[in-house]
Amino acid sequence: MSDAHDTPPRPGVRDTLQRLMPKLVLSPTFLAAVFFLYGFILWTIWLSLTRSTLLPNNVWAGLAQYRYLFGNGIWWTSLINLGIFGTLYIGLSMAIGLFLAILLDQRIRGEGIFRAIYLYPMALSLIVTGVAWKWMLNPGLGLEKLVHDLGFTHFSFDWLINPKMAIYTVVVAAVWQSSGFVMALFLAGLRGVDDSVIKAAMIDGASLPRIYWSVIIPSLRPSFFSALILLTGLAIKSFDLIMAMTGGGPGFSTYLPANFMYDFAFQRGQIALGAASAVMMLVAVGLLVGPFILLESRRKSDV
Amino acid sequence: MGKLSIRNVHKTFGNNVEVLKGIDIETSDNQFLILVGPSGCGKSTLLNIIAGLEASTGGDIHINDRRVNDLSPRDRDIAMVFQSYALYPSMTVRQNILFGLQIRKVPREERERTLKDVAAMLQIDHLLERKPRELSGGQRQRVAIGRAIARDPALFLFDEPLSNLDAKLRVEMRDELKRLHQRIQTTIVYVTHDQIEAMTLGDLIAVMNDGQIQQLGSPQEIYDNPANLFVAGFIGSPSMNFIPCEITVDDQGAGLQMQEGDNRLVMQAPDHAQAALRERNGQKVILGIRPEQITHKRVSQLDEADTRLMTATVDIIEPTGPDTLIFIHLNDTKVICRVHPPEAKQPGERMELLFDLAKAVFFDPQTEQRIA
Amino acid sequence: MSERDHSVHSHTPRAARIGIYAILVFAALFYLTPLYVIVITSLKSLQEVHLGNLLSLPLRPTFDAWREAWSSACSGATCQGVQVYFWNSVHLVIPAVLISTAFGAVNGYVLTKWRFRGSDLFFSLLLIGTFIPFQMILLPMAWVLGKIHLENTIAGLVMVHVIYGLAFTTLFFRNFYVTIPNELVKAAMIDGAGFFTIFWRILLPVSTPIFMVTIIWQFTQIWNDFLFGVVFTSGAIHPITVALNNLVNTSTGVRRYNVDMAAALIAALPTLLVYLIAGKYFVRGLTAGSVKG
Repeated sequence: MSDAHDTPPRPGVRDTLQRLMPKLVLSPTFLAAVFFLYGFILWTIWLSLTRSTLLPNNVWAGLAQYRYLFGNGIWWTSLINLGIFGTLYIGLSMAIGLFLAILLDQRIRGEGIFRAIYLYPMALSLIVTGVAWKWMLNPGLGLEKLVHDLGFTHFSFDWLINPKMAIYTVVVAAVWQSSGFVMALFLAGLRGVDDSVIKAAMIDGASLPRIYWSVIIPSLRPSFFSALILLTGLAIKSFDLIMAMTGGGPGFSTYLPANFMYDFAFQRGQIALGAASAVMMLVAVGLLVGPFILLESRRKSDV
Repeated sequence: MGKLSIRNVHKTFGNNVEVLKGIDIETSDNQFLILVGPSGCGKSTLLNIIAGLEASTGGDIHINDRRVNDLSPRDRDIAMVFQSYALYPSMTVRQNILFGLQIRKVPREERERTLKDVAAMLQIDHLLERKPRELSGGQRQRVAIGRAIARDPALFLFDEPLSNLDAKLRVEMRDELKRLHQRIQTTIVYVTHDQIEAMTLGDLIAVMNDGQIQQLGSPQEIYDNPANLFVAGFIGSPSMNFIPCEITVDDQGAGLQMQEGDNRLVMQAPDHAQAALRERNGQKVILGIRPEQITHKRVSQLDEADTRLMTATVDIIEPTGPDTLIFIHLNDTKVICRVHPPEAKQPGERMELLFDLAKAVFFDPQTEQRIA
Repeated sequence: MSERDHSVHSHTPRAARIGIYAILVFAALFYLTPLYVIVITSLKSLQEVHLGNLLSLPLRPTFDAWREAWSSACSGATCQGVQVYFWNSVHLVIPAVLISTAFGAVNGYVLTKWRFRGSDLFFSLLLIGTFIPFQMILLPMAWVLGKIHLENTIAGLVMVHVIYGLAFTTLFFRNFYVTIPNELVKAAMIDGAGFFTIFWRILLPVSTPIFMVTIIWQFTQIWNDFLFGVVFTSGAIHPITVALNNLVNTSTGVRRYNVDMAAALIAALPTLLVYLIAGKYFVRGLTAGSVKG
């Protein structure tokens, strides 16, 4: 049998270190979050309240930058563009994603292959996507020429350089990129639906489309919110795709708030104005995404 | 080996929830101590405190006369077996058992020897190279026990180790555990919510409820002399009958008023309770009598001092094989009786029942403490 | 995800099933066409590009465009092709992925097995970081990088990606370690194992799936990033995404579409390959990351 110790070991340096270890380990991330995340957010907000142009200065400007921002036609254009782009992007991605997910849920042979094909665009950089679609919709050599070669010689497709239509080309590319992801989310949600509820509906005599409409789709609410939250965030942050496909043009017809921020902060030497536009982007995310997150997390804690 | 001393241990959780309200337990060497009670009574918390996995808010823990309050689990010389076995999934059985020894830098030869002994003792020699996911529930349980034994500790802690096994396996493992205890000659502290396990395994039982020890004693003691209503009702299956009665005192002594259907009668209280009940004329008490103390009329017992006869209407019967349980109603309370199957009457019929009050107990309805 | 009893679906009529397959195939073509176009355009000579159309196969496939894209294409002032920038991205991705994943792993370990007062709150605050538009940190970060002399360096870019990747990597590992029973840690503590021993010998050996998910996710995010690249680097330090954009959009002269496509393919290949080989981990990352909190 084991010997009893003569004197009990005293809690020493080793034990103290062990007790502190969890906090020690977390501290770099903690410091990074405090400084580089929340600190920087405050800093940018501060910047937006100064008169900084090329370099940061601490001259107080109050809300002058914001007044200037909302008096600026380019900014308003970018907001309107975001509205158009965002609505179409989110709406189409959700619709296509849900539709494809429902189809794939029908016990399809080769489902794995289809899923892999719909999802691969998410693995690409938005620059690559933009470059590819820019080429595909190239007026003269792209879609237009293809359709000509197929016999429809009067077809013209100049959307990419048409100020009225350019924004829709960006929508197409963005939906191409993200709809597979939405599909994956909905498919996972569909697979999680409780079997017995479906069987009860079948016994009640409901047809398959009816079952989908009344039983399954309503239970996709969490997936719906996840997709909505993510797509909204992505829409507001859209920058890469615009830069690659249209550069914001023609004119400012595809210019988005993120383009405005980059342009004014880093190209035009208007740091404070850029900061103000960034703050507005944050506000947009907070207003549009925040309520949904709160809603969903409250629902979860009710369960 | 393994004297455990728990003195006035308190535990309060952050939001002012007092989970342990002053626990005192003293064991001898080689004790099989059971902590039993319903969920939420604090037994697992107490076990964690003994192990050093949680700190107490007050009180002392001594293992072999050594105060361990400030020691981390690894320095307390204990071993623990968990409900979910907690075997390290990426290691083989051999590695699982040797892990603690390796950390303690036990020399290789000694490690191998220990492994051999433990594997032989628990008959898991043939499983040494397998991973936990390749083992059945019972095998995993043995490996978990083996890991604990290999540490050769001063104290063994078991946290509901049989709860995840099916009924038959549970019974087998119970026997093995009893035998194991005899072999290893070390104190075991065993947490369970199953009172049958508690009764069959332990030699010292602490019945816990609501953060307090309701009673500490040997199985028979607790069974025959429960300290209060809770202990009486918790131990024993089917559980003790609690019949509220009013006391009537006449020149023959204290008697219990019984109403069965339309019939009223007074049943004379047993000798051992006379002194206490005589002072409660007109008051209500709760009669505690176990089902096996209410049987069919056995002529041989009619002469015993504390037996009483009564006729009652049978409500439901439940044949269990060796006995048949008869449900009757007394004083508006459901009462379960245990009779020899051939003697059992059918529902609706009247039956003569023999009450053996020699072991009956009485409780005060307000304090729920035992008064006789 | 349990296999659903598909009795629901065995009743769809044959015509409907054909329709369903038709739609799925049509959708597949929609998603595949751009990739197809990129590839065949990159294999054409510039003449063929002008003569043919988007979908026409090259009559004489050639890798000339690829060679040119790799080593001699002109973007901005230099004509070294994209190889320099490709290697920039490689030097960026490897340390950034490894460091952010390592921190994510220990963070997830602490947040699930060594919780203390405030650790859950800390996690929620960290999670908020995944929603912030990065435009909010660009200006201060540019200033800070300048002050510590890491502006326009790969090291600086690594630092940025590590800092802002921590939220995601921590999320992944935390959600994974939550599913590992805490009793394992208790048993190891009683066996005498300390903080790091438990991590190293008990948790890490079963963490392979989540490491795969996190590494693939981080690799894809960082390799495909453009915003940090374009703001925090210039000239020869650009990662390949920025170089690609420069090549296609800021070069002057005759547009060499085949070279553009070849360059795009070079930029896309690493993440595409990872997706093809380990795609299921990628999917798990997508769905795991969206089940937050």
